[in-house]
Amino acid sequence: MNQWQNFSKGLIKDNPVYILLLGLCPALGVTTSAFNGLGMGLATTFVLLGSNFVVSIIKNFIPAKVRIPSFIVIIASFVTIVELTMEAYMPDLFESLGLFIPLIVVNCLVMGRAEAFASKKDTLSAVIDALGMGLGFALALTMLGGLREILGAYSIFGIQLIPGATDGMLVFVLAPGAFIGMGYLIILFNYLKKKTA
Amino acid sequence: MAKRESNFVNMVVTLFLVTAIASFTLATVYNLTAEPIAQAREAKRQAAISQVVPDFNQLETQMFLPPGGGDSLEFNFAYKDGEMVGVAINTYTNRGYSGEITAMVGLDPQGTIIDVVHLQHAETPGLGDKIQKDKSDWSDQFIGMDPSVNNIRVKQDNGDIDAITAATITARAYCDAIQRAYDTYKKHFLSEQQKQEEDPVL
Repeated sequence: MNQWQNFSKGLIKDNPVYILLLGLCPALGVTTSAFNGLGMGLATTFVLLGSNFVVSIIKNFIPAKVRIPSFIVIIASFVTIVELTMEAYMPDLFESLGLFIPLIVVNCLVMGRAEAFASKKDTLSAVIDALGMGLGFALALTMLGGLREILGAYSIFGIQLIPGATDGMLVFVLAPGAFIGMGYLIILFNYLKKKTA
Repeated sequence: MAKRESNFVNMVVTLFLVTAIASFTLATVYNLTAEPIAQAREAKRQAAISQVVPDFNQLETQMFLPPGGGDSLEFNFAYKDGEMVGVAINTYTNRGYSGEITAMVGLDPQGTIIDVVHLQHAETPGLGDKIQKDKSDWSDQFIGMDPSVNNIRVKQDNGDIDAITAATITARAYCDAIQRAYDTYKKHFLSEQQKQEEDPVL
């Protein structure tokens, strides 16, 4: 597998949310708007990059029996760095995502890539894998957030699509809309995967 | 390089090193961001205060206990040329639909509401978040109300406040927060005579 395939697999073929079904808690929880989805996706990408990078470097130093606790400490550190930095420099984004940032620690996507990929491959592959998977995750969350925002509030990235119409189909902003939207996006991604395979 | 063996010493040393490096890194990041975080919070507080009280050139902050128990509220007295023009009260309620709601309530010296802005909440997006000024003008109805005359409750509870459609609990909680701010102000500042006049209303 060359590095381009390694990168691009995260976007459609192995999309973390719609194909691998990893990290569904933030995917359903924060995607009330496209902007929130994008913010959460990029925060997770940063954590993935950091954890995959560090794990691939120290993979031979960590004894097998304590690898999971070590990975958790590494991931939690990067999450806390993201949280502090976001609160300091992006207070508005922090206000809408704040509650969900600490949950990146238990996002099985981050742990899964550290355990299944970074701890077995070289550093370059691990970083490229993290970039692909992270951007795939960000793409997935932005799409779901965008869908819910368009249907639920008739706007995208905060820009009104229909002047004067602010109350959309509220169900899409609420929890059931997340499940409905995700269901249709899973259909779409499986169709795309079959088509490109 | 082969994987290190999972014996006792290796495991203890590894975990110690991993946690030590992590702690050191986090301490460094914390120190770097502590000041911007404090500034961002302070800027937000200042912005909220100046939204709910008239122009002022001096601010004095004190804590007061609300009647009936609960955490003390932060009173920010705004003075203009030595005269008090209003007080911005950082109030809260635990009756929100999902957890605590905090708000900044501005009262003039007689206790009339100048304006109210929310500080933090976790209400349902699209429904309860209409308490935010940038989402809806719902909270504008509090402007100019005098809690000793007007009943700061939603209409379902025989009050004077229109509830938010499909988010009555949130509206009720917001009224609770505002009432708490007023009650605390009344307890500590309004004169005895005013208190007696108001008691029949309650």
